[in-house]
Formats: sequence, structure tokens, C-alpha cells
Amino acid sequence: MRRILVALKRAIDFNVRVRVRPDGKGVVTDGVKMSTNPFDEIALEEALRIRERGGADEVVAISIGPDEAQQQLRNALAMGADRAILVRTDQAIEPPAIARLLLAFVERESPMLVILGKQAIDDDSNQTGQMLAALWQRPQATFASKLELTDSVARVTREVDAGLETIEVDLPAVVTTDLRLNEPRYIKLPDIMKAKKKPLDVTDLESLGVETASQLRIVSLESPPQRKKGVMVKDAAELVAALRQKGLI
Amino acid sequence: MNRVLLVAEHLDGKLNASVAKCVSCAASIPDAEIAIAVLAADGSAVAAEAARISGVARVLHVRNPANEPALAAVLAPQLANLADGYSHVFGSSTTFGKDLMPRVAALLGAPQISDVMAVESATRFKRPVYAGNAIATVEAPAGRQLVATVRVASYQAAPAGDPAPVETPVVDATLPTHTRFVSVSGARSDRPDLQTAARVVSGGRALGSKENFAVIQRLADRLGAAIGASRAAVDAGFAPNELQVGQTGKIIAPELYLAIGISGAIQHLTGIKDARTIVAINKDAEAPIFEVADYGLVGDLFTLIPEIEKQL
Repeated sequence: MRRILVALKRAIDFNVRVRVRPDGKGVVTDGVKMSTNPFDEIALEEALRIRERGGADEVVAISIGPDEAQQQLRNALAMGADRAILVRTDQAIEPPAIARLLLAFVERESPMLVILGKQAIDDDSNQTGQMLAALWQRPQATFASKLELTDSVARVTREVDAGLETIEVDLPAVVTTDLRLNEPRYIKLPDIMKAKKKPLDVTDLESLGVETASQLRIVSLESPPQRKKGVMVKDAAELVAALRQKGLI
Repeated sequence: MNRVLLVAEHLDGKLNASVAKCVSCAASIPDAEIAIAVLAADGSAVAAEAARISGVARVLHVRNPANEPALAAVLAPQLANLADGYSHVFGSSTTFGKDLMPRVAALLGAPQISDVMAVESATRFKRPVYAGNAIATVEAPAGRQLVATVRVASYQAAPAGDPAPVETPVVDATLPTHTRFVSVSGARSDRPDLQTAARVVSGGRALGSKENFAVIQRLADRLGAAIGASRAAVDAGFAPNELQVGQTGKIIAPELYLAIGISGAIQHLTGIKDARTIVAINKDAEAPIFEVADYGLVGDLFTLIPEIEKQL
């Protein structure tokens, strides 16, 4: 079975303007819309396209998070994943531990590919895929904007500072997605109905025997310093004069 | 004593400008002794350049043809080996560092703090989360190795100084062959580099086409500025991906930033909030970019840019 494992994180929706709580112990989450991390949705879309082209047989979506992350996994099933796994926990798990947990499922499922978002838009760590690849002792192709597969090799175009880099990696491998890899499909109503019949296994984190204790401690959160609104100038001449006066041009 | 090992990014025999900024970050760790690791095919010039950064105690120069072009899977085991005895292992938050450092951290069994923007102590750092909508203060465990990437826009480059000794340690690591470089494409130009330029002119969706984007290039040339673009402009194909400024593109801190036809999505603002002076030109007076701009000008960019050029 040629299998693709896709990791999904439940995160605050990207349209939400995130605010720090007055006590500085977190951000406001009450009544805030939660969604699948957009980069992970791109990862799932890519896996589905590979399967639809005949390049894989099964797409398995996995999430590590609270019970409510079942919603994100149901969405993944509605998009087209074949089955889903929730590793249930109410703790915030750091990337090294997420990588160890994913490795446990990689060993169980023997995927040809693991695809995940390059970062989650909550903690913006950009670590998990690389850490999984290291622990698995397999290749990593991060920040992918194009992915081509043959039987044993993936050719991946990566968005890097210099432009676009293409590398070739032997399978199995870990791929992390960048924004321009694809545009995820919309879910249609009949797909939501069908998704209800697809398997979604829920496992408690504790039952896996993986060390997940936090190593880092968030001491506090604060709002960033705000830039002050400046002045409006009336025309190009006034703008250029102002910049000249400040010695900027 | 805190011993900091910094990974040097380099290309075509030149040290990346981010390295001297990482040195400034590392130097703000109390009682820090800084070493720079240069892993290259040859790398003699890069090692010499790294050795001249003020505050650097030594350069560890590892020569191996497999080290270029740089691949994280090849560099990581060598760095994990070199990191023995170092309390901190730092890289820059460039795509090179973002790709490489977590792989090193996993091999070391160390936690990583991404995008360090301020050092509070040897174990306490500040970093942006939620696209910069919050700043987290994070405490790492004492007495353990820590890996971090440095948000280079938060630091000034360390100046040049007296050359530090260059050592050539022997690295005992098995290098994988499962990852192979194929090619890299990107416009090489004589323009200043986007990430380190003093002036940047960026264009957004309002440019309307790849052809129209030439007006941004022309203005940038007049100002001796680097060119940037919003995500919308890159997605629409007006500009290549490497010019994207913002949360998932480049985070920059120029002296002067001109945002032209850019509405100012929060993800874009994250990438420019350290700019000294922001100028916004947009025909929509309500565009959020005006909330952060030092100078705002409402109007049609195709009329205003030629007028600006005439004034220069």
C-alpha cells in the first residue's frame, strides 16, 4: 500500500486578528474561530492530488490536539482523506514531541511520504517536518512549491531566499508545503455526509508512551509595539521633500 | 561561560550578510564565546571573511565537496558533531537556517527557539508568534543545549574586527546520499539584496500585471533600492517568489520602505514593522497600510510614480 501521511494542526483561523490576553498568559481564544492550519490544508490537497493521479493508494490525516480537532479531521475526510487519526491531548505539545509522536505513526503506517505545512500560523515555529525527517533518518524537502513523484524519488521545487531550488529525494521522505504549492479544494455538502462514514480513530496521547513533556516555558506574551500612524502628504513633491529633509533619499 | 556555535550561510564564496547580524544576537548572550562553523566545498574565503567579524573567537572550517550546494540533510550531522561542548547552536532565520536548524536540533535532542528577536538572558529569549501579533518570552531549560534561529531584521550587523583563528576540525559524521541538489533558478541582478538593502520599493496587486511591475523596477533603480512584492503580487505572477515580503516571505528592516499599491494585510505588515520609515502610496485612502505608514499618499500609482521620479 502506497500511503501518504498528512499532519494537520487545529489553529486560530488565519482571518482572526489575534489579541494578547490582558493577563499576558495567552491569546484570546473565547469565541474565536478555529480552522485547519492553512499550510496543512495545502499538504492535504497535495496528497489527494497525488492519490487522484494514481501516485498513491491511501491518504491518512493525523492531528495531535484537543477533542475538538475532530472537526478539522472530519473536514480532511470531507476533502478526500481516506481515514483519520486524532492523538488526543489538551496539552500544548512542542515540535520535538510532535515529531516523536508522528514518528510512532510513521513506523506503524510505513508511508512513502509525510506531508505537512512548513509552519503552523499560531506558534510559527517551522520545525516539525525537519525534526521528523531527522528522527526518521530520511530526506526533507521543505517549503515546497512543486512536487513530482516517480516510484522511488520525489523531485521537489522549494521556495528559497535565492529563488526556486529543485532537489531530488529518495522515498520515503518528508515534504513541507509553501503557499504556492496548490490551492486547496472547497468541501461540497455531499462530501461532508460521506465523511461521516469514514474511519476516525481517537487515541489518547498517554497511551502511546512517547515523551512529550514541554522543554520550553512561555513566560509571558505581550502585544507588539505599535507603529504610530504618520502624516498624509498631498502630492509627490511634498513626499519627496519630506524624504529629502529626513535624509532618506 | 556560554559557548555559541553559529552556522555560516554562504553562496559562491561569499558569506551571507545575515551572519554578522547573528553574531550581534549571539554577542548579546551574557559571557558568550562565539564560534562560526563554515561548512563548504572549499570555503577558505568564507572562513576568512567570518573570522573578521568582530566578536568572533574562532572559525571552524570544514571542507568537503558534499557541502555545496548546501543540503540540510548533509550539513546537519556535521553540525551536530561540531556542536559538542557548545551551549547554544544558532543559525539565521533565512530559508537556509529554517531548513537546517530544526534538523540539527532533532539530532542533538535539543529544543529550538525560532526567530529570536531579543536576548533576555542565556536561557530567556523573545520571539514573535501569531504572525507578529504577539511577542512571546520563552525560557529554555538551564544547563542544556539550545538551538535557535535569529530573526535577522532585529539586529544590526557586527562590525569588522581583528581576524580570529581559523581551525580545521575533523568531523566524524556519516553523510546521507538520499538528498540531491538539482538546480536553482533566481534572478541574479546588480540590485541590492532585498534582505539587507537600505531602501526597498515594493509593489502590490494594484500594479495589475507583470509588465506594469516595471514601474516598480524603474523607481527602485532611481533610488538604488531593492525590489519587493506583496504576496498578492507574487501569487498573481507579477513578481517572482523570492521578492515576497511578509510573514511567509522575507522579514526586512530597511531605512526606507515604499509600499506601492499594497493594501497592507497583517501578514505583509509583519514583514516590514522594523523598517525605519514606511511610505505608502495607494488609491484607497482606507487601506490598512496607511495605519503604519510614516508618510501616506493617496492616488493613482501610475500617475504618482512618474511625478516622484521627476522630483528626484
